[in-house]
Amino acid sequence: MTQTTAPARGPAPPRAGADVTGRTPWPLAVPAGIAILFLLLPLAAMILRAPWRDLPQILVDTQAVAALRLSLETATTATALSILFGVPLAWVLAKAHFPGHSLVRALVTLPLVLPPVVGGVALLLAFGRLGLVGQYLDRWFGVQLPFSTAGVVIAETFVAMPFLVVTVEGALRSADLGLEEAAATLGSRRFATFRRVTLPLVAPSLVAGSVLCWARALGEFGATITFAGNLPGVTQTMPLAVYQAFETDPPSAVALSLVLLAVSVTVLALLRDRWLNPGTPL
Amino acid sequence: MTSKFSRLHRAGTPRAGTPLTGEPSDPSAGQRHTSTASARALQADVGIDRGAFRLDVQVEVEPGQILAILGPNGSGKTTLLRALAGLLAVARGRVTVGGQVWDDAGAGIFVPTVDRAVGLVFQDYRLFPHLSVLDNVAFAPRARGATRTAARTKAIAVLHQLGLSDLTDRKPGALSGGQAQRVALARALASDPQLLLLDEPLAALDARTRLEIRAELRRHLATFTGPALLVTHDPLEAMVLADRILVLEGGRAVQEGTPSAVARRPATEYVARLVGLNLYTGTITDRATRRIELDSGGALYAAGHDPSDTDARILPLNGTRMLVALSPTAISLFTHQPDAGSARNVWSGRIAGMELLTDRIRIAVDGQPDALVDITPAAVAELELHAGQRVWLTAKATEVTAYPDPGHSPVIL
Repeated sequence: MTQTTAPARGPAPPRAGADVTGRTPWPLAVPAGIAILFLLLPLAAMILRAPWRDLPQILVDTQAVAALRLSLETATTATALSILFGVPLAWVLAKAHFPGHSLVRALVTLPLVLPPVVGGVALLLAFGRLGLVGQYLDRWFGVQLPFSTAGVVIAETFVAMPFLVVTVEGALRSADLGLEEAAATLGSRRFATFRRVTLPLVAPSLVAGSVLCWARALGEFGATITFAGNLPGVTQTMPLAVYQAFETDPPSAVALSLVLLAVSVTVLALLRDRWLNPGTPL
Repeated sequence: MTSKFSRLHRAGTPRAGTPLTGEPSDPSAGQRHTSTASARALQADVGIDRGAFRLDVQVEVEPGQILAILGPNGSGKTTLLRALAGLLAVARGRVTVGGQVWDDAGAGIFVPTVDRAVGLVFQDYRLFPHLSVLDNVAFAPRARGATRTAARTKAIAVLHQLGLSDLTDRKPGALSGGQAQRVALARALASDPQLLLLDEPLAALDARTRLEIRAELRRHLATFTGPALLVTHDPLEAMVLADRILVLEGGRAVQEGTPSAVARRPATEYVARLVGLNLYTGTITDRATRRIELDSGGALYAAGHDPSDTDARILPLNGTRMLVALSPTAISLFTHQPDAGSARNVWSGRIAGMELLTDRIRIAVDGQPDALVDITPAAVAELELHAGQRVWLTAKATEVTAYPDPGHSPVIL
C-alpha cells in the first residue's frame, strides 16, 4: 500500500495499472478488521499458551495418538459413505421430479441445522439396542451400533453428509443442461452422461463438499458422545478426548486441541492450492 | 406434447398405409418404406404447440441436400430443430429418417434422442470443457459402445478429414470461436449421423471469421451424404450454405425454393427485407402496360422479369393480386423533379432516414410508395441530402418485377 519513496503529502494518485476503484470505506473496513481479530485471537491465544515443553509427554499420557487415529479413520469413512450415498441423493434432488420432492429436500438437510446432541438422541432411538431398527439389527444379526466405532461413523455421517449433499446439489442444479443435451444427441445414456460429463464438471464442488463433510465429521462431538459414548480407543475421537482432558487437566486439552488445529490447517493447505481456489480451470 | 412415448420397435415392418418405393437407394437403411423420396431422406411433418405459439411445418430433405430454415426470432425454427433431434416430441405429425419412424404422434411412437442417429451442431457448440478435442470427437463412438482405442481412431480420422489434426490435444477453452465451431461439426459427424442438424452454426462468430468458416463449412457439408438441415436468421448464410431455403414465419412455412428464387421473388416483407428488396402488394389494373395499383398508395409499372422465369409470358388478368419487387440499387434519386426521361416510374417523397451500409448509404423515403434507395456516400454529400428533404425517385419499368401474390399459402418456387 504505502511506498517508502512517496512523499507524505496526502493520498498518492493511483498509478497506471493500479486498482482505481478506491479504498475500502471505513464502515466496512472497521467491522471487517474486528471480525478478523475475533477469529484469529483465540487461535493465537492457544498457540501462545500451549504447554510446548511438555507437549510430547502429554500426548503420550492422553493416548492422543489413538484418539487422533480413530478420528481420522472415522471421519474418512464417514466422508466415503457420504460420497457413495450423498452424490446420488444430490443428483436425485437436483434432477428428478417426484411427489414430495421439496419435503424430502428439507428433511434431508435438517441435520444441517439440528443440534448434534438431538441428532445423537434420534440416532439412539433409531439404531439403539431398543431402537426402531436397532432392535432387529441386534436380534437378527447380533449387531449393536451404539458405543462402537461403527456408531461413531454413523453419527458423523448423519451430521456431515448434508454438507456434501447441499454443495453437490447446488453444483448439479447450476450445471449446464445443454451439455447433457449434447451428450444425448451423441448417443450417451443418462447414467453414462452423469459419469462422463456431469460428474467431471461438478468435481470441484464435489471436492469442496467432501472437505466440508470431512471437517464436519472430524469435529463432530454432540451426536458422537450421545450415540457412541466416550470409550478410549473405541469411540473416543479427538474432540471427545479434548473435552475429557479439559475436565481433569486443562493443559493437556490445549495440547490435544493444537494437534487438531494442525491437522485442519494441513488439510486446508493441501487442498487449497489444487481445488479450493475459485476460478481454477478443470 | 404427447405423453404416449414408447420405444421404436427397431426392425419394424412397414405399417399399413405406408407406400413402398420400388427402388431403395440404400439397402442398409433397413426399412424400405418411404413415400416418394429416396430411402435415406428426411420427411417431417411437425406440429407443436408452446403456449400460444403454434408450429406447423412440413419439411422434406433428400440425402446430400442441405435445407436452410430461414426465419426471424420466434418463428419456430429452433423448435423444429429440437423436434427433429428428439429433444421435443411432436404433438401432431410424424418424423421419418431413412424410412425409420422417429416420431409419430398418431401411432404413439417416439424414439428418444439417444437412439436417433442425429448429429446436432449447437449454436453455442456445447463442447465438453473437461475433455480434449480428441475425446470430444471420440465421445459419440465411445457412447455407442466402441472401445477407447477404436473411438479415438475414428475421432482422429474425422479430425484429419476436417483439417483439425493439430488441435487434438487442446481443451475447448483453448480454442478460438472458429476452431470450436469446426470441432463441434467434427464431433457431430463422428457419430455417423443419418441426419445432420445445424443451429445457427456461424452466429457466434465474429464477422471476419464467419466469412472464412462459411466457405469451409460449405465444403465439409458437401461431403455429408445424408440429409442436412440448417437453421439461421442470416439470409446470406442460408444462400451460401443451402441448396434450398424454407422461410418460416410465425410457425408456418411462407416460402420454399432455391436460394436464387427466394432472393428474386420474396413472398413476404420479411424475406424482402432480408434480401434487401423493396416489396409491395397491389392489384394489376392494366395488363397492357403492367400497371399495378399498390395497396400502400401509388402505382408502379412492372415490366421486369427474369429469364429463368417460365411464368413470365403469362399475363395475369386485370384485378390479379400481385407482389412487386424493386431493388434499392435500381432506384435513382433526384433533389428536383426530373425532366422527361425514359423511366416510367417517377414519384416523390421525403427522406425519413439514412443508414450507412458497408459501401453505400441506404436512404428510406416516405412517399407513395415508400422506398429504400441505395446511393453512394459521395452522392449523399454532393446532393447535401438530409432528413425531411423532398426528393424524386425514378425506376425503369424493366427493373420492377411483379408476380402473383400467393396469399397465405406457402410459395413453392
